[in-house]
Amino acid sequence: MADDKSKAQTDPADALDAPSGDGAADEEAVTESAADEATEPEGPWTRQSIDIPDGPITETVEYNTYPADRFSHDELDLADDDLMPMLRNMLLQRRFEERCRQMYQRQKISGFLHLYIGQESVSTGSVYGIRLGEDSVITAYRDHGIGLAMGMDPGVCMAELFGKKDGCSRGKGGSMHFFDASKRMFGGHAIVGAHLPLGAGVAFAHKYRGEDNVCLCFFGDGAMAQGAYREALNLAGIYDLPIVFICENNQYAMGTAVDRVQAEPDLFKHGRSFDMPCSLASGMDVFSVNRAVKDHVALARDGQPSMLEIRTYRYQGHSISDPAKYRQEGELDARKSEDAIVRLEQYIVNQGVAADSEIETLDEEIKQEVLDAIEFAENSDFPDDDAIYEHVYAQEDYPFIN
Amino acid sequence: MATLQLREAIRAAMTEEMERDENVFLMGEEVAEYNGAYKVSQGMLDQFGPDRVIDTPIAELGFAGLGIGAAMSGLRPIIEFMTFNFSYVAFDQVVNNAPNMRYMSGGQFGCPIVFRGPNGAAGQLGATHSNSTEALYSNFPGLKVIAPSNPDDAKGLLKSAIRDDDPVVFLESEQMYGLKGEVSDESDYLLPIGKARIAREGDDVTIVAHSKSYHVTMKAAEELEKEGFSAEIIDPRTIKPLDIETIIRSVMKTNRLVVVDESSPFSSVASEVTHQVQERAFDHLDAPVLRVTPPDTPAPYAPNLMDRYMPSVEEIVRASKRVMYAAA
Repeated sequence: MADDKSKAQTDPADALDAPSGDGAADEEAVTESAADEATEPEGPWTRQSIDIPDGPITETVEYNTYPADRFSHDELDLADDDLMPMLRNMLLQRRFEERCRQMYQRQKISGFLHLYIGQESVSTGSVYGIRLGEDSVITAYRDHGIGLAMGMDPGVCMAELFGKKDGCSRGKGGSMHFFDASKRMFGGHAIVGAHLPLGAGVAFAHKYRGEDNVCLCFFGDGAMAQGAYREALNLAGIYDLPIVFICENNQYAMGTAVDRVQAEPDLFKHGRSFDMPCSLASGMDVFSVNRAVKDHVALARDGQPSMLEIRTYRYQGHSISDPAKYRQEGELDARKSEDAIVRLEQYIVNQGVAADSEIETLDEEIKQEVLDAIEFAENSDFPDDDAIYEHVYAQEDYPFIN
Repeated sequence: MATLQLREAIRAAMTEEMERDENVFLMGEEVAEYNGAYKVSQGMLDQFGPDRVIDTPIAELGFAGLGIGAAMSGLRPIIEFMTFNFSYVAFDQVVNNAPNMRYMSGGQFGCPIVFRGPNGAAGQLGATHSNSTEALYSNFPGLKVIAPSNPDDAKGLLKSAIRDDDPVVFLESEQMYGLKGEVSDESDYLLPIGKARIAREGDDVTIVAHSKSYHVTMKAAEELEKEGFSAEIIDPRTIKPLDIETIIRSVMKTNRLVVVDESSPFSSVASEVTHQVQERAFDHLDAPVLRVTPPDTPAPYAPNLMDRYMPSVEEIVRASKRVMYAAA
């Protein structure tokens, strides 16, 4: 997290304290500051100084980092018994989406399909850092992973992808619009950046009600080029909202590399503009994500919004139709060699928590669970034709133009 | 009956609803410390405090979206746009998030929010500050659009809008904020959304007009009366859903229709009313439906051009006579 040295140095009172060669000014500043503490009246007027300090303003800023392989599970208050469920949580996302790809090719799934494969540690590490069902989560359109990680039913999710009435959004949302109110999963949003203000609003509601719940707001590196990013962080900053802005930087906004379109590609640093603590975590290690999210959630519960960039990588194209030719040769293989699921599997074996054979058994169970999800989706019906008019308005007798 | 300015009636509606339901809050530019750019929210900060009457930065997209997120969480935000011209900066939020959330989530997340503020031209402010947005926002399924013409309707409809579980665009008028009118003393005065008001009864021609245009139309009706023509005036009050039944009934009586609308003419409220009437009451029409709207141009600045731009008494009288085949 960024320390506050920079803030101290740009505070007008401190600026006046800086050596200026003008002893009178120094003396005046001290007097003023003493008087301020005693009688500072309340009011909506500006506190900002227009006395410009001599000499340059320098800043020293620290950002916390959460690299891969730094953290062990016991340091994160995770028990041995948490590890296999964590692995299950990640594996379910991957096996589910591998089948999604197949189901798309078989034309069971239509529309856009953005796969999360490669990024599972971000969702799982985050979900293990919140109070599931009390804290809120909102994300962008690459939403299957976080939905499943939060415990959304795979069958219900697959049914949504199939456009069936038993889908999580009743067949009206599709891949990009997963929602689950019971889990406080606020979607699934497909206009890049447009849900960041919504996340601020969800956090606002937590605060308004006097709860100590928080909102995790996920978005991609592409969203950070939108104006909505700036507006949401500024609002969160001025209202002290309990929110963690989590940038899942998977390196590409569709096919455009992050450093081609961001003047400051160290995205975590952007949060400094809003006086927020900012960190950088590895998305190739679920423990790094978990530690980072826990630290940031603690800030949010204290009313301190913050910015967390998680560097991750998507193995698939932007969507199912993208062959991802923009990658450098060898890039994908290099990232895959750091795969977060493999890393956790090796960790579990090395720790003696489970043997390879138990992990294989778990994997087989999950594969079957996904096949069951497909069967559920197959057996579910498409929505009735009349459903087109349902859920447009809360008003039951709305007079539609037919 | 109390006599209130339009701004006072709107303030009374918000105040009563905030007293009644702690989930209701007001957010927007200058609503709190400044007491409202047009003094609509005057005194509300003192009464409700800064947690419920909330100043924002100039970030319409951001605070409109924040309101939507809060509404999805079950709060009932009133989001004030200083004018609806600035709602265009928040367009994506108003048209692509608020009205779609219930649908896309299969009914799991509603969006009980009110976007309100002044709409339409307000004198010589030039093109960017003179937009009439009612036709535009009515094009989006999931939104409701209300545009009252007087303090009584404003109070009753705004209270209903705040309680409504759907997102509502509530369009006021800068030039009407000082307009005085009798307002019901009923302790909990609610008017139904989607019901038109027959503002003036007549037999010879039906004129449909809302918001500011309604007042111009009432003056035109007086001019027509002097020449022996009796105009029936219908104020739809709610643009969406439109109370077409009341309009149709009137047309079946008068057989002639003029629609006055401050929206730009292409895909305007006037064109929608006209279409629905020809579709449902073609055989009752004795003349083509005429509309009185601004020309298909941006709003100008020069006073003579602005007079030319706005729907006028003369234009309404002329159109009415044409549909009655009366001598000009």
